[in-house]
Amino acid sequence: MHLKYESQLREPLVYGTKTYHDVTEDIVRPIEAKPSKLWYIGFYIAVALLLFGIYSIYRDVTYGIGQWNLNKTIGWGWDITNFVWWVGIGHAGTLISAILLLFRQGWRTGVNRAAEAMTIFAVMCAGQFPIWHMGRVWMAFFVLPYANTRGPLWVNFNSPLLWDVFAISTYFTVSLLFWYSGLLPDLATVRDRAKTKLRKHLYGVASFGWTGSTKHWQRHESLSLVLAGLSTPLVLSVHTIVSFDFATSVVPGWHTTIFPPYFVAGAIFSGFAMVQSLMVIIRKVFGMEDYITMGHIEAMNKVIVLTGSIVGVAYLTELFMGWYSQNKYEGYTFWYSRANLFSPYGWSYWGMMACNVLSPQIFWFRKMRRNLFVTFFMSVIVNIGMWFERFVIIVTSLYRDYLPSAWSVYYSPSIWEIGFYLGTFGLFFTCFFLFAKYFPVIAIAEIKYVLKTTGESYKGKMGHLEHVPAEVFAHSGHGHTIVENDGAN
Amino acid sequence: MAKKKFVVGCFDDEATLFPAVKKVRTAGYKIHDVYTPFAVHGLDHEMGLRETSLHTAGFIYGITGTTTALSFISWILTYDWPLNIGGKPHFALPAWIPIIFELTVLFAAVGMVLTFCYLCQLSPFIKKHHFHARATDDLFVMVIETTDKTNVEDLKAFLSNAGAVETDVQIAEEGWWLGRYDKDQVPFQNKIVAA
Repeated sequence: MHLKYESQLREPLVYGTKTYHDVTEDIVRPIEAKPSKLWYIGFYIAVALLLFGIYSIYRDVTYGIGQWNLNKTIGWGWDITNFVWWVGIGHAGTLISAILLLFRQGWRTGVNRAAEAMTIFAVMCAGQFPIWHMGRVWMAFFVLPYANTRGPLWVNFNSPLLWDVFAISTYFTVSLLFWYSGLLPDLATVRDRAKTKLRKHLYGVASFGWTGSTKHWQRHESLSLVLAGLSTPLVLSVHTIVSFDFATSVVPGWHTTIFPPYFVAGAIFSGFAMVQSLMVIIRKVFGMEDYITMGHIEAMNKVIVLTGSIVGVAYLTELFMGWYSQNKYEGYTFWYSRANLFSPYGWSYWGMMACNVLSPQIFWFRKMRRNLFVTFFMSVIVNIGMWFERFVIIVTSLYRDYLPSAWSVYYSPSIWEIGFYLGTFGLFFTCFFLFAKYFPVIAIAEIKYVLKTTGESYKGKMGHLEHVPAEVFAHSGHGHTIVENDGAN
Repeated sequence: MAKKKFVVGCFDDEATLFPAVKKVRTAGYKIHDVYTPFAVHGLDHEMGLRETSLHTAGFIYGITGTTTALSFISWILTYDWPLNIGGKPHFALPAWIPIIFELTVLFAAVGMVLTFCYLCQLSPFIKKHHFHARATDDLFVMVIETTDKTNVEDLKAFLSNAGAVETDVQIAEEGWWLGRYDKDQVPFQNKIVAA
C-alpha cells in the first residue's frame, strides 16, 4: 500500500500487516517448537569448547599460570587481550538498549533484547580472564574491600585495576537487571500461552507474576528510562576505566590521553560487529526477517563505519604523536614495534589496520550495507581486527620497553592459553544457544508498542487523511481541522 | 486479602480502549485496573493514576551510593590505613571518582529494581489472578470493581457498547499468593469458608 505523501527516508520498523497476536506468535514460536538439528549441532560444539576451556583452566589452577607462555616481560598476553576483547564486545547491548532509548531510536526495539543478552554473556566471558590470571584464584576475593584480619589491609582505591573490578561488576549487575526487568512482560507472555505444565510453572516463576497492570507498566517505563539514563554514562565509563589500566601506566604505547575515547569507540565498533554476526544468523534461522529488517542491519553498519573510522583516526593520531613528541621510546614503539611490518609483531599491527580501518570503509556504499553476506563477513573481520588491536596494544608495548636486557623472546601462546580463549567462546555460545531457545529473542512488548506507529499498520490508519488536500497540512489552523481517527490522545 | 466481584471487559484495540476508559469513568464506575500487553502511553493519565515516584527513589539510592563510596574510601585512605604513595595527598579525590561513580550507579539501579518489584509485588513464586490469558498477548483487559449496588448486566452491556469484544464477571482475589502457575489454585478459600 502506498500513501499519497510518504517518506522515502524512514523505513518501516516492522514489515507486513501484523496484528498484536501475530507478533506474539512469530516471536514465541521458536521457544515452543522443538529445536532444529542445527541448534543441537551448534549447542554441542559450544559445550565441547566450554569443556575444553574448563580443562585448560583446570591445568592453569593445578600447575599455575606457568602453563601459559607468559614471561617476566610479557606478563599480559592472550588472557588480558581476550579480556579487553570480550569487554569491548559487551558494550553494544547496553549501548543499543540505553543510549538508543534516550535518543528515541525506534529501530532499537528489534535488536535490543538479543544484544543485551549478548552483552551479559560477553561480560561473563571477560570476567574469567582477570580472575584466572590471578593464578592463586582462591584468593580472588582479596580484591573486595572487606574488613579482614590483615590489618585490616584495604584494597588500593587509587588503583585503576581496582576501578576495573568495580566497573565490570557494576556493569554486569546493571546490564543484568536492565535485561531481566525488560524480559518480565515477555516471559509472562510465554507463560500465558504455555501448553505444558512444566513450561507454565517455570515461566510462571521466571515472570515474577507479571500481570500487565497499567500502574506496573507506568513504573516499568519509569524504571527503563532511569536505568537507561544510568547505563549511558556507565557504558562509557566501563571501557574508559579499562583503558585506564593501560593509560595510567608509564609503558610506551600505553601512556596516552586519547585512550578513553579511543577504547570506547573500539568497544562499540566490536560490539556492533558481534551483534551483526548474531542477528544475521538469528533472523535467518528463526525467520524473523520482518522484525530484524534490512533497515536494522543497515543502521548498525552505519554505526560500524562511523566507529571504525573514529578508531582509525585514533591509530593515526598515535602514530603522529609517536613522531611529534620526539620521545624515543614512544617513537620506537609506534614506528618500529608496530608500524614496521618487518618487526617481530608488525604483522599484528597491519592486520589490525586492514581489518579495522580499511575494510569497514566498504560500508560507505549503501549496496554493501544492505548485503547480508558482506555484513556477516565484515562483522567477523571487524572482531578479528579488534582482537589484533588489543594484542598490538599489550604485546608490542611490553616486549621491548626501556631496558634492552629485559627484552623478551618471541611470545606465542601455549595450547592452554588458546584453550582458555576457546573455552570462553564455548561459554558465550552455550549461553546464547540456551537464550535463543528459552527466551524471546526480540522484545515482544516493545515491538507491539511500535507496531502501529510504523509500516503498513500505520498506513492503514491514515486512509481518511488521503482525501485531505495538501493545503490543509501546510496551513492547518486556517479554518480546517484534521481529526485523527485513532482515538488515542 | 479479600475476594471481590469484578466485571471484565476486553478490548482488542487501544483506539477503542481510550474512549471506553473515559466513558466508564464518566459513568462513575471504579476501574480496578487495565491489563495491557505492552505499555500504552497516556493510559495511566486517562485512568487518572498519579505519576510514579520511582525515579525519585532512584535518585535517593544514587546519592546514597555516592556518599557511601566517598565516606568509606576517605575513611580508609585518610584515617584507617593511610598509604604514603610518593608523598601524594591521602585525600586523593580525583582517583576516587571512578569508584564513586560506579557505586552511585550500582546503588541506584539495584535499589530501583528492588523498589519496583516491591511496589508491583513481583517476585519468583508469586502468583496473581489473571483476568484474561490474552492480556499479555493482544487484549486490553479492563477490570471494573463492583459494589452491592452495581447492576452487573447493565455494566456488561455498557462495556459492550463501548467496544468491548468480550465481557464477563469474575470473583477473584485481588492480591498475590505463593503459588504455581501450572496448578489451578483457589487462594484463601478456607478462610472464607470458615468466616
